[in-house]
Amino acid sequence: MTEPTTYLSHLELGEPDKTYLDTNELIINMGPQHPATHGVLRVILKLDGEKVLGTECVIGYLHRGVEKIAEHRTYTMFNPYVDRMDYVAAVSNGLGYCEAVEKLLNVEAPPRAQYIRVILTELNRLASHQLWLGTHALDIGAMTPLFYTFRDREEILKIFEKYCGARLTTHAFRIGGCLYETYDGFEGDVKKFLDFVPSKIDEYEELLTTNRIWVERTKNVGKISAEDCKALGVTGPVLRASGVKWDIRKAMPYAAYSEFDFEIPIGINGDTYDRYLVRMEEMRQSLRIIRQAVERIPEGPIMAKVPKVMKPPVGEVYHSIEAPKGELGYFIVSDGSTQPYRVRVRPPSFVNLQALDLMVRGALVADVIAVIGTLDIVLGEVDR
Amino acid sequence: MAPVATTFFFYFLSALTLVSGILVITRKNAVHSALALIFGLLAQAGLYLMLYAPFVAGVQIILYAGGIMVLFLFVIMLVNLERSQKEEQFNKQWLVGLLAACALGGLFIAVYVKGNGLFPEHIAQPVESSNTQQIAIMLYGQYMFAFEIASLLLLVAIIGAVVMAKKRI
Amino acid sequence: MLDYITSYLGMNTTPGQAGNVFWALVYIMIVFGGVSVAVMSMNWLERKALAHFQIRLGPMRVGPHGLLQPIADAIKLMTKEDIIPSEADKFVFWIAPLIILCASFTVYIVIPFGPTHAITDLNIGILFMLGVSSLSVLGVVMAGWASNSHYPLIGSLRSSAQMISYEVAMGLSVVSAILMTSLNKEGTGTLSMIGIVQAQQQQQIWFLFKFFPLGFIAFAIFAIAMVAETNRAPFDLPEAESELTAGFHTEYSGLRWSLFMLGEYAAMIAVSSIAVTLWLGGWMRPFPNTLTGDTWDLVFSLIPGFSFLGLALIAFIGVVRMPKHPYFKIQTLGLAGFAAVLALIGLVLFVPAVRDRIQDIFWFCAKVAGFMYLYIWYRATFPRYRFDQLMKVGWKVLLPIAIGVLILTAIAGVLF
Repeated sequence: MTEPTTYLSHLELGEPDKTYLDTNELIINMGPQHPATHGVLRVILKLDGEKVLGTECVIGYLHRGVEKIAEHRTYTMFNPYVDRMDYVAAVSNGLGYCEAVEKLLNVEAPPRAQYIRVILTELNRLASHQLWLGTHALDIGAMTPLFYTFRDREEILKIFEKYCGARLTTHAFRIGGCLYETYDGFEGDVKKFLDFVPSKIDEYEELLTTNRIWVERTKNVGKISAEDCKALGVTGPVLRASGVKWDIRKAMPYAAYSEFDFEIPIGINGDTYDRYLVRMEEMRQSLRIIRQAVERIPEGPIMAKVPKVMKPPVGEVYHSIEAPKGELGYFIVSDGSTQPYRVRVRPPSFVNLQALDLMVRGALVADVIAVIGTLDIVLGEVDR
Repeated sequence: MAPVATTFFFYFLSALTLVSGILVITRKNAVHSALALIFGLLAQAGLYLMLYAPFVAGVQIILYAGGIMVLFLFVIMLVNLERSQKEEQFNKQWLVGLLAACALGGLFIAVYVKGNGLFPEHIAQPVESSNTQQIAIMLYGQYMFAFEIASLLLLVAIIGAVVMAKKRI
Repeated sequence: MLDYITSYLGMNTTPGQAGNVFWALVYIMIVFGGVSVAVMSMNWLERKALAHFQIRLGPMRVGPHGLLQPIADAIKLMTKEDIIPSEADKFVFWIAPLIILCASFTVYIVIPFGPTHAITDLNIGILFMLGVSSLSVLGVVMAGWASNSHYPLIGSLRSSAQMISYEVAMGLSVVSAILMTSLNKEGTGTLSMIGIVQAQQQQQIWFLFKFFPLGFIAFAIFAIAMVAETNRAPFDLPEAESELTAGFHTEYSGLRWSLFMLGEYAAMIAVSSIAVTLWLGGWMRPFPNTLTGDTWDLVFSLIPGFSFLGLALIAFIGVVRMPKHPYFKIQTLGLAGFAAVLALIGLVLFVPAVRDRIQDIFWFCAKVAGFMYLYIWYRATFPRYRFDQLMKVGWKVLLPIAIGVLILTAIAGVLF
């Protein structure tokens, strides 16, 4: 495939008089309440027997008007709202927003704050991937990895709770740096976690990577080529599994990432199995980053000089980070007042979800669920 | 081993078979007819057991009730029968049908009366334990050729079904 | 009365062969009760074992360590509102779980718990078992049809297609085991369940090890096919929650659903007992030929008693570890009572008169219990097969291997 393929923009309804033998086309509705779809996602499938001819995603069940709310809040007041979009990886959301506003204000967080930000963000990446693994395995039928990953994720959430008081919607960072100093024993906790977790990741791999049933369920399922990914704007592990070595942490480094030594795993085929392997390796690379960061946290202030009443100069900024799910971007337009004129969030899950139709064309119904799982979408982000 | 309550079971099973047969042809709903046919076949398996033919009874259950009726049910469920249910169930030629059935019944009775002398005097009591062995000896010894031809026939049917149902790739 | 009972206990045929209706009914009641208890404890064990696989505890509150959970579940299911979909076919909706239940329970009349401990010994025993358990496909098909909604219909069609596909592989592997029964001195095989175990006894080898690896492969094929036959993981796509919301029994609630569950577990125990009878030597104790002699017989006959005492010990340790809080008093007492009952059963099993009779039944049940644990283990570990992969495994992998094993067994039987 050298050029991107075209796909259905709407579904045709079949004729009601025909019997099951005349035409096998069936329109089936999955969700919004469904044990599999991660959040309130409604997928309308057009099936030919068991084969999927086309899909249409109906989203918006979780739309809360976050971007509109942003126009009526000051920059600092809007910070907690950002966590609620991708609630699984709240720290990354906060990081992206804070860095975008810092760009607008032309301040830079001090090095210590940047290291703390990196450590917490990478821990959050690990937690997000662990949740992804558990739920993805559960969809495909392996019930046990869910409990293992959630147990290990608990340790990360404990660290978050000790740091900022919240496990899920952390509001960890502030514009200009971090508000909280690391607690006593932060480094010790993180190091203990780093010693504890690699064997757990090996445990997950042992259960799944060479399991014949897992391989058959995920190999050659949901293939997407690199050109299609680039045409659709798909980013994150999905893009990397198709063979494109693009990671914003390396391409346009932010928040002290340029000081660390880590690798970007890429896949070959762009199928579900490759995405699984890419994310597993990303987990290990995150551990590598955290280990480097926690050994060399510099001393110093954690908050830059930021005015109490923030009135950024008139202008606009687009800043994106590598969230666990892909490129998370913030486009902030400021008109000089304390409240932003427009905040537009570029959620990775929203853009990745567009690839669903392309990936499941010609696959079976059971694969649709596997593909939704492998895209790692969070509806809070898709709908905002 | 002495059989228990032969008369009761015979009448019970025969009544079940007859009632099932009538239900098969009189039910409007095709699934009910198939269900009645299943009961009839199971009753027939019971009758085979009473005739000291346990192997035939077992095969009847596996193949007929467990295989062929499942096939019937698949077809009934996948084909839309709404239209046929709205049509008339009994056609206008029921008188001719009744006469033909009576004629057939009369033929059977005549055969039984005339050929009464050909049936043995008392019930044969073959040894129950050797039914499977006897069938096997006959099937694979004497009637081997017919067995192979029957299996070939089934092979032809399978190939035909696959060819008809296969979609062009 | 007592003479009647003792005179019967002296007999050495099954009630079916003896033509004794009363004792046949008594055996049926015992087996029926035993299966019901087994299904309930299987429900509990599944939840507990699955939970322990997933590093959590499972039911702990209802009784001590959740022991009364199945009873609570049964009460809840019985008191639930009986919902029938409005357009559903009422008669078929009602009869579908009954067909599955009757089919699953009828096979128990030929299961051999011992050389004379079966309700009857049909001389087409294995054929009967395979045939009647294939009748449960009809119940599945009708359950999906009667629900009048397309998720159950799709689920039931898939489930029944899966069941009839794996029945073929099951049947062929069973045939290769039956072939081995004909290799004894008289040269006649037998289809009767007791006869198969006695053939293993005569040939002094479990069919699992006969013509190694042929018996083992046939056993493996049957073990995989039986998991698919009973719609259990990893072949449980038709009832996978994330795919089709519980498949053919979606619309069933309350008592009707519990009938499906009962039928499923009973079918699991039934096919496991086929596997145990055909390949694992039925009621024979382990190593009947290498470890012979009176002392070894004595040692093995003490194992039932010791195993129950071991269970009582575990329960007792649970009692000791219960929290010492007034709220837990009743639970502690209950668990202690349970431990005492287990210990009592263990002690009774040491009595010589009971010991000799209970041997066969114990070993049979122990082997079937091992299979039940394997079922739960599979469910905890493996992801699910997609439906087309499932059918591919059944037709393209298991069936050719089963045919191959059959031919090779026949050849080996003639040569050796």
